Amino acid sequence: MLSRDGRRPLALALVGDQEFVALDDLAATFQLAVQESLGAVTVSYKGKTIVLTPDQTLASVAGRLISLPAPPTRQGRRWLVPVEFISRALAPIYDTHLELRKPSRLLIVGDYRVPRVGARYDAVGPAGRLTIDATPRTNSTVSQDGDRITIRFDGDALDVASPLLPPQTPPSLVTGIHVVEPVAIVVDLVPHFGGFKAAAQPLENTMRLIVDIAPPVQTEPAATAPTAPPPSVTTPELPPSFGAPAIPLRTITIDAGHGGEDEGAKGAGGAKEKDLALAVARRIRTAIEARLGVRVLLTRDDDRNIPLDERTALANNNKADLFVSIHANASMRKTVSGAAIFVAAFDKDTARSAGLGAPERVPAFGGGLRDIEMIPWDLAQIRHVQQSSAFATLLQAQFRDHVPLSAHPAELAPLRVLESANMPAVLIELGYLSNPEQEKLLTGDAFQSAFVQALTEAVVRYRESLQNGGTR
Amino acid sequence: MSARVLVTTAIGAAALSLFVLLFVVLPRYYGRQPQRAPGMTAAAASAPAAPAPPGRKIKAHLYYVSEDGMRLTRVERDIPYGEGSVDQAREIVVAQVAAVVDPLVSAIPAGTVLRAVFVTDKGEAFVDLSKDIVTAHPGGTLNELLTVYTIVNVITDNLPAVTSVQLLVDGKEVETLAGHVDLRRPLTKNTAFVEEQGSKSEN
Repeated sequence: MLSRDGRRPLALALVGDQEFVALDDLAATFQLAVQESLGAVTVSYKGKTIVLTPDQTLASVAGRLISLPAPPTRQGRRWLVPVEFISRALAPIYDTHLELRKPSRLLIVGDYRVPRVGARYDAVGPAGRLTIDATPRTNSTVSQDGDRITIRFDGDALDVASPLLPPQTPPSLVTGIHVVEPVAIVVDLVPHFGGFKAAAQPLENTMRLIVDIAPPVQTEPAATAPTAPPPSVTTPELPPSFGAPAIPLRTITIDAGHGGEDEGAKGAGGAKEKDLALAVARRIRTAIEARLGVRVLLTRDDDRNIPLDERTALANNNKADLFVSIHANASMRKTVSGAAIFVAAFDKDTARSAGLGAPERVPAFGGGLRDIEMIPWDLAQIRHVQQSSAFATLLQAQFRDHVPLSAHPAELAPLRVLESANMPAVLIELGYLSNPEQEKLLTGDAFQSAFVQALTEAVVRYRESLQNGGTR
Repeated sequence: MSARVLVTTAIGAAALSLFVLLFVVLPRYYGRQPQRAPGMTAAAASAPAAPAPPGRKIKAHLYYVSEDGMRLTRVERDIPYGEGSVDQAREIVVAQVAAVVDPLVSAIPAGTVLRAVFVTDKGEAFVDLSKDIVTAHPGGTLNELLTVYTIVNVITDNLPAVTSVQLLVDGKEVETLAGHVDLRRPLTKNTAFVEEQGSKSEN
């Protein structure tokens, strides 16, 4: 529990899977009056009452009914109520803001800024990238003191994920990370690291801080400035880059299809499209960030459903240069197999109406598209179809020897998630979960590695094509 | 006075006959249902068919999943004749969504039934199907494309007056069936997902 008086623990009792808190503890903390009469428990605070009935999950809060996940239970002489009692019953009648964060077991009393903070570390060649998300959006400042950097948040306290940083597989440039009360995180780095560069980036409700850390400089110290060279220059296995100053590819959005209740296609062996798509999307992020040093955004990084419009909105709002949606297919016939790449298609009528008086500029065969400005947002892809097809062709070429392709590996179709993407966009079906052999293949490490490597190679080629003038 | 009554009566009679002509005779003559009308139940699937010689049949092309599972294949079938485009569209879709036996495979999920068909003057058809087409759909982009274009193509192929089709589910517009194909606008016939060889006759 976190309040004006600082942090203090509140005892919880676990009954079954449900966390309970003792009503008399709450009464003492929040100055509540508790009365038991006629088989009901009445909790009052400044003239407002909550009526609880034993063995009933419904409770009355100032005359309105609310439901609790479990009924109040008696333990000896004490009454136990589910922890949700605090947010659902007590918060509505209490005169101070109460916020219960169940996953972090935190109860915030009062209007305090307590961002939830989580971190992630990715190796980018010899360099490293530390990504720190603060939700709700909270600004922070980064400072360096020897071999450690300190990130100080603009808040009252921190709600820190446990563990703050998932365990690392060495070698990592981060040797330790810990919280310094009340609002700072200290990151210990390897001795004599080569400098860092921090950039904040708002994402929906989250403020993402990206700290790029350069590896220690082993030869004579050529770079004395505390800023790291751009990761794209430090990555080792990159093919020679043409004209380094121009960075035509900065951000890529990877969309893991479906999620949450929307499980997508399902295999006979139990594989779900939503899980497969997320696993592959995460691998793509790691691979592309490491190989190309560009920013990769995932439309979802956990198991939840996101409306199709929000997926492209994330890409559009972050000015992504490429949108790749990852899916797995299904067929009414079990023998169908192979990967396919989809590019958006538009009916002639739709394309014409989207041109709004400039139908000759619809991207059927390209050219002079820049001056079309009045394209409905949900048809933004119309301007990019040609470039999307060019990327699809590169993908198909890279998949050819590494990823089993379907008999129709390149398709055009009116796909909802691609239509509003305001950048080149493709949807990739990895293969068929309805085919038991394919299900086994797609969920395996060998296939996923080969797929991700081929896709990364295609992105490298795509970037080269842009650097060589491309068709942009 | 009597002349005035006569004039009034004459005007009334003219108005009445115009009304009858406009709202009774002409619609019957053209065999049309009222205009574009998602939400109207005029052409509900259970309504009695328009008067037609019993047993009269026409040949239509229905669409099923091809042997390789990747495309639709056209199959010629005899289906009941329907008076006018709405009734004919209904007969076609009823035949299309009906359960099939081996070796045919339908891209329409089992249990899906037609609720209603509407056809507008602009040649757009609205096909209202039961929600089984969503709840029983196995997912997958290709599967969903085959499901959608089974309905779109079976109507546009057999009723040349209809140029585009919008699918409704349980009377409502939907964004997609299974998360992929955009159903917010009427779709035109698409032969890219149809097998190239000529139609097969299995009657």
